[in-house]
Amino acid sequence: MKHHLISAADLTRDDAVLILDTAEEMARVADRPIKKLPTLRGRTVVNLFFEDSTRTRISFEAAAKRLSADVINFSAKGSSVSKGESLKDTALTLEAMGADAVVIRHHASGAPYRLANSGWIDGAVVNAGDGTHEHPTQALLDAFTMRRRLVGRDRGIGRDLAGRRITIVGDVLHSRVARSNVLLLNTLGAEVTLVAPPTLVPIGVESWPCEVSYDLDSVLPKSDAVMMLRVQRERMNAAFFPTEREYSRRYGLDGDRMARMPEDSIVMHPGPMNRGMEITAEVADSDRCTAVEQVANGVSTRMAVLYLLLGGAEPAAPAPHARTEETK
Amino acid sequence: MDTNSSDARPVLEAPDIARMLTRIAHEIVERAKGADDVVLLGIPTRGVFLARRLADKLEQITGRPMPVGSLDITMYRDDLRLRPARALARTHIPGEGIDGRLVVLVDDVLFSGRTIRAALDALGDIGRPRAVQLAVLVDRGHRELPIRADYVGKNLPTSLRETVRVQLAEEDGRDTVLLGVREPAPATER
Repeated sequence: MKHHLISAADLTRDDAVLILDTAEEMARVADRPIKKLPTLRGRTVVNLFFEDSTRTRISFEAAAKRLSADVINFSAKGSSVSKGESLKDTALTLEAMGADAVVIRHHASGAPYRLANSGWIDGAVVNAGDGTHEHPTQALLDAFTMRRRLVGRDRGIGRDLAGRRITIVGDVLHSRVARSNVLLLNTLGAEVTLVAPPTLVPIGVESWPCEVSYDLDSVLPKSDAVMMLRVQRERMNAAFFPTEREYSRRYGLDGDRMARMPEDSIVMHPGPMNRGMEITAEVADSDRCTAVEQVANGVSTRMAVLYLLLGGAEPAAPAPHARTEETK
Repeated sequence: MDTNSSDARPVLEAPDIARMLTRIAHEIVERAKGADDVVLLGIPTRGVFLARRLADKLEQITGRPMPVGSLDITMYRDDLRLRPARALARTHIPGEGIDGRLVVLVDDVLFSGRTIRAALDALGDIGRPRAVQLAVLVDRGHRELPIRADYVGKNLPTSLRETVRVQLAEEDGRDTVLLGVREPAPATER
């Protein structure tokens, strides 16, 4: 693994499988009376959030605390950033405080890359979402959820998602989740199809390792997992579709559409959901919807990432040969 | 971890290992007065296989099912910062839990004692056993902590230049204990 996690493309297949396997062991800690490991004692993780986020920040905070790291939360609101401090000066401040890792969420695409490659800080940089670019830990927790549901909790150890058909539906244009997912799922051997109105498909999508379709109903029966993206009203300053009603009729997932999906297929949503828009309450509350599971899996996955980046003298390298099966 | 296998010579073969495990199983029953509340926890990788074998033998002796699990100690090691982060192995605690029970930790080689120190810390986060005992196939000496084994397959006096390597059929295709001489290069664990 590289020293930082900026893009899902930074991960090789073996890196990604190692993270998912590690997350599976981390998930077991949540079942214990003492949900804490001493592994990152004395290390400092800074959550540097320039953009609003509840679940990602809480998830990273819970992950770092379960590994006994010291956590410093830094949000741009009410900090020196609102007085005009630059990213560089903020970074130098964090470095002076001895941050071993910086988890950064920023409204500008590329801010984590800048932070990691500028020489301002020595610690590991973890991208927790930058603009409309990437959100690699979300892609990892999504892949973890898929592997658990589609391959199996124990059977999945050491395996990727080869041959699984994943459909990502909705506002791909503004979605960092979609981009990271396409890259990671492709690395893991899955076949990805994006479904969106033409106005919400990004320019240059033909270079992405995936198919693109405009017709949800034709793709659904061939999907092992359908990931509904949130329609990001806050990023939409132009008319991308005529009305919300028309969008939800053509690209929303309701009970009838879900019934046409294969029997064991799952419905995913990175949250927060707009019920009635991209997903109906009936689907959101069904057993096939993994939205709540994804939140729980997020903590385990982020524990795995923090452990593998910070737990040793240097980031983990996947074993040259496959890990021994320990399942019985 | 690889030792020069051409130089390594076997000091224990499969029948020796089988006899030792049988003896340890009887010792556990004797010391635990019937082994009613025993839980065996193997330390990955090879300790887990040894724990399962011990459990089979204990079931034959007592006629009762014997809870057996595994305890990964990676996250509790004291040398984590000295090497790259490493992959985790499975921790599996049998359904009965460990509270109030006699936990017997099982490992292949007892050397510095640091692995067992980590295992004791890990146990503390999982529950509160009535007592903890330690069974090892080979005790090669050179302890760096005040830790000793309760059940030992074989005491094998070694020098620090030597390496002890346990191979088990489940992982390596055969049962044997190899004694070799360390390459002058990097230090192996245990």
